[in-house]
Amino acid sequence: MFYLDDIGRYFLMLKGVFSRMTKRSVLRNLIFKEIDDLIIGSLGITVFLAFFIGAVVAIQTALNLTNPLIPKQLIGFASRQSVILEFAPTFISVIMAGKVGSFITSSIGTMRVTEQIDALEVMGINSLNYLVFPKVVAMFMYPFVIAIAMFTGIFGAYIAGVYGGFLSSSDFLTGLREEFIPYHLVYAFIKTFLYAFLLATIPSFHGYYMKGGALEVGKASTSAFVWTTVVIVISNYVLTQLLLS
Amino acid sequence: MIEVKDLHKGFNGEKILKGITTTFHRGKTNLIIGTSGSGKTVFLKCLLGLFTPEKGSICYDGSTYSELDEAQQRDLKEQMGMVFQGSALFDSMTVEENVMFPLMMFSKHKKDEMLDRVNEVLNRVNLENANAKLPSEISGGMQKRVAIARAVVTKPKYLFCDEPNSGLDPRTAIVIDNLIKEITEENDITTVINTHDMNSVMEIGEKIVFLKNGFLEWEGDKTQIFKTDNQAVTEFVYSSNLFKKVRDAQLKGL
Repeated sequence: MFYLDDIGRYFLMLKGVFSRMTKRSVLRNLIFKEIDDLIIGSLGITVFLAFFIGAVVAIQTALNLTNPLIPKQLIGFASRQSVILEFAPTFISVIMAGKVGSFITSSIGTMRVTEQIDALEVMGINSLNYLVFPKVVAMFMYPFVIAIAMFTGIFGAYIAGVYGGFLSSSDFLTGLREEFIPYHLVYAFIKTFLYAFLLATIPSFHGYYMKGGALEVGKASTSAFVWTTVVIVISNYVLTQLLLS
Repeated sequence: MIEVKDLHKGFNGEKILKGITTTFHRGKTNLIIGTSGSGKTVFLKCLLGLFTPEKGSICYDGSTYSELDEAQQRDLKEQMGMVFQGSALFDSMTVEENVMFPLMMFSKHKKDEMLDRVNEVLNRVNLENANAKLPSEISGGMQKRVAIARAVVTKPKYLFCDEPNSGLDPRTAIVIDNLIKEITEENDITTVINTHDMNSVMEIGEKIVFLKNGFLEWEGDKTQIFKTDNQAVTEFVYSSNLFKKVRDAQLKGL
């Protein structure tokens, strides 16, 4: 019953986010600020992680190809498939649930604790729209982050595979182009859009409805990370079943 | 003027406010006092429209809040200013941006005109050179003055203050009290202050409402509070050693 109550409140929050819009000129500035905080601020860590994830995928694949009958190009093929289908959209989103999610929960939670949200409400401002809507809009840029992660991941796989001596550059590039299905990119970006929405709204929910003081802000950040990850993993399964099978 | 009639409010089955009826007058500093847990903050949040009463009504210059539609309630809220206990300034904004915020949200004036109004209000609260500073870079007393400036920048009809003196030294507390009183008189607004500071009662208590366990125990002004024989009020007032010594000295004819 407790979880049903929270799920109900989450959807009521979404209704509040998209109603009684804040003045357009104010919203525009807030959206740019959120893009800077949530998207631009995440690029560095995303590029770093994606590069090494791609590199590890290439090495693991290479080390498991013990049968000499299996062509070496498979390393490029497997790296591309793993990075595009799973590692870039899902793995990076789980990490973003920690980075972006805890930032959103702690910033909104601190505003709750220090009565800044009450101050907005007293002024007659729809605090949900003012605080959460710009984050949702900013996160529509998130697929660009994932696109960069895909590129960097495959680049990392290339570096590790070729310079690690596992296969030649031409073998990797042949494997990379082999049996490419454009729909897989569509699938990956559909997932990414959903994850972007979840990354903006679930941590906002935990920050907005938190009660207590500084300690509870920390607890809310942790539970926001856990729940965002849980929902991402479940929706990953559901979307994969719906879109690929 | 704010008229409160038979106000009830509770949480999870526990009654916090138990039938409060009183009137807060325009152009005067109205104080809500009482011990911790007496229901002062809940009462103030009901007045602000942050809590919906279970029973009773709050009437703002003839408009009963519960009878207004959502748009009218929003219009009414735009006529309210609030000074929070912890100032509740927006951390990421400078002093100037904090004070300009309500104007940015609701005013249709040009930015230059808004800036003029912001500077006028900041001058009024004696904060001429703090425009570019962040809330974390100024003292507690200055933060309170910024909060007052933000609350009055839109020229509200109602000003609410939740323990405006908490965490301030006695001298700064008096400055803040007098500032609120002067602004109330200058702008002819209805000011309601939630406090348990007896110095504030002495300084600016033009109308005092004493709450005890959710009931309105006593109401009067700052001269009457020292003469009342209501035991709860007497215990509250003379719980301060300073006031106890003054009273003992008066009784001894010193």
